[in-house]
Amino acid sequence: MTPLFSLALRSAWNRRGTLSLVAASIALATLLLLSFERMRADVRESFSQAVSGTDLIVGARTGPVQLMLYAVFRVGGATNNIRMSSVQTLSEHRAVAWVVPISLGDSHRGFPVLGTTPGYFQHFLYADRQPLALAQGQPFRGDLDGLYETVLGAEVAQRLGYRLGQRITLSHGSGAAPGMEHGDKPFTVTGILARTGTPVDRTVHVSLQAIQAIHLDWVGGAPVRGLAIPAERARQFDLEPTEVTAALVGLKNRAAVFAVQRHVATFSDEPLLAVLPGVALDELWEVVGVGERALLGMSAMVGFVSLAGLVAVVLAGLNERRRELAVLRAVGAGPRHVLLLLASEGALVTLLGVALGSLLTLVFIAAAGSWMQTRFGITLQLSAPSGTQWLVLASVLLAGLLASLVPALRAYRLSLADGLSPRI
Amino acid sequence: MIEIENLRFAWPRAAHDCVALDRLKIAAGSTLFLYGPSGGGKSTLLGLLAGVLLPREGRVALLGQDWSQLSSARRDAFRADHLGYIFQQFNLLPYLSVLDNVLLPCRFSSLRRERAAKRSGSMQADAGSLLARIGLAEGLWRRPAAELSVGQQQRVAAARALIGAPEVVIADEPTSALDAPLRDGFMQVLLGEIRSAGSALVFVSHDERLASRFDAQVSLASINQATTQEVSV
Repeated sequence: MTPLFSLALRSAWNRRGTLSLVAASIALATLLLLSFERMRADVRESFSQAVSGTDLIVGARTGPVQLMLYAVFRVGGATNNIRMSSVQTLSEHRAVAWVVPISLGDSHRGFPVLGTTPGYFQHFLYADRQPLALAQGQPFRGDLDGLYETVLGAEVAQRLGYRLGQRITLSHGSGAAPGMEHGDKPFTVTGILARTGTPVDRTVHVSLQAIQAIHLDWVGGAPVRGLAIPAERARQFDLEPTEVTAALVGLKNRAAVFAVQRHVATFSDEPLLAVLPGVALDELWEVVGVGERALLGMSAMVGFVSLAGLVAVVLAGLNERRRELAVLRAVGAGPRHVLLLLASEGALVTLLGVALGSLLTLVFIAAAGSWMQTRFGITLQLSAPSGTQWLVLASVLLAGLLASLVPALRAYRLSLADGLSPRI
Repeated sequence: MIEIENLRFAWPRAAHDCVALDRLKIAAGSTLFLYGPSGGGKSTLLGLLAGVLLPREGRVALLGQDWSQLSSARRDAFRADHLGYIFQQFNLLPYLSVLDNVLLPCRFSSLRRERAAKRSGSMQADAGSLLARIGLAEGLWRRPAAELSVGQQQRVAAARALIGAPEVVIADEPTSALDAPLRDGFMQVLLGEIRSAGSALVFVSHDERLASRFDAQVSLASINQATTQEVSV
């Protein structure tokens, strides 16, 4: 069969113009299917790695997915704050081991700022119950002396080239509006966290008191004209926060999780919501799953269309090639050789398309990876294909082989009917 | 060499036989000129001789081997081993070089590969010497076949039919696309090579001016259908 394959190769090369277009469209379909599958898997992986060891997330009443997205992934916004007194009460519940309040809303050059307590660095766990580790320096002290201290996530430090001791300023809100700077109260970098591959990498951490301090002279989201409180004088004010965005809660015993959840839900002072991160994630996947299936369906359609293109191109060329088939029959090729010739041509084009598509996927992931990491904190892995990706590759190849059989069988029948005298 | 007995062939769904031929024998090494108008069943008869078509009745044998006795795959292999075929035109695969076109039968037949190699050392050398003898300059051998003129293409087709010295060469109006000087040159080269290879030649044409160059001449019309005339060459 080797001589036949080299014939197929040269015959295909002879028609490389049209066939390479078909290969390109198969490559595109492969790129779509593969990178979609990689993103889907890595997004899930990133999300499920982002938080562990936190039994409940407590916030103002909203959708569970929304609360989790905001508190853990800094995506979206909070509908409302919760009172610090409620957090206090909750921490006194006998089943609760620890409570870490968090306050969101400000940013630094596009990276979200998280106000929290030093307890965050003890209790927050990610991935397989791994604690946060400092690559350099130490956590902010959380007292008045360390009021303007900040701890940076690995990505923030790397991307912006920050070192320990550097002074940075925060922006109000997402930092999109000009002039909304907390420029009068600069922060000193005291610690840089080790990389976690979670949203923590993209977060600027400060104390809750610091959040309070930079907003002393702000009312309703804007600086009050004529009322400027210098950084040093801020320390003389009461900086204990009265409200926070949400609280992460750890329990002494996981078995109590539903009891505590109920306790939070029936809180009398204000309407609260407690979500289990895992449950909220599952709920998120259900929502996202619809979109995922739609995207997968679209990618599969692109695959189908490009294979239909393959069939059409090879079939259309077949009539002009009846001479060629007759010549092959005359020198001793059988109809089955003709079948193999056409099938291997289709397989070749498919293989080429799939190989090119895989290469493009690598390039795409390498190129989009850092953008995804900065923008969404999602790490795309540039690794060997996963099981599902192999499955995708195999299905495209198999579909290509089956599709090539269509013109191949037609050529088989033609060469049987034509023999040595094609009736054109 | 070639034996036909009581051959009856009809195309599928055709009411009448297309070829009915009681007896035709062609001896080894002899050349037969088969003439007749177009549409007289010539191509069909050649298809039957080449074992691409099988008769409804009767026997077509090549080298004593009845085509009907072979499986379709064996027929293809037998054809590759023992038969060379020249078409009226468009003989060459445009995407192969001249040399590779000549070597095409050797891809399908180890017998012809070995014979060619035995004669000239290697099959490439044999193809080269054939091409040189039919007058194709060496500079053209590596060129794509599509670049050749019609006359050159027919010569290359002859070289392909002859490589590995098959016992039978069938030519289906190979000169009809050539003008007179080209045609004479082609005939001379073809018949010369056929004789030196010792192959038998079945040459179909409606150009009766060529007839005198052959050992025997047969009108297809006279032997096809309702004829009991025995033809022996």
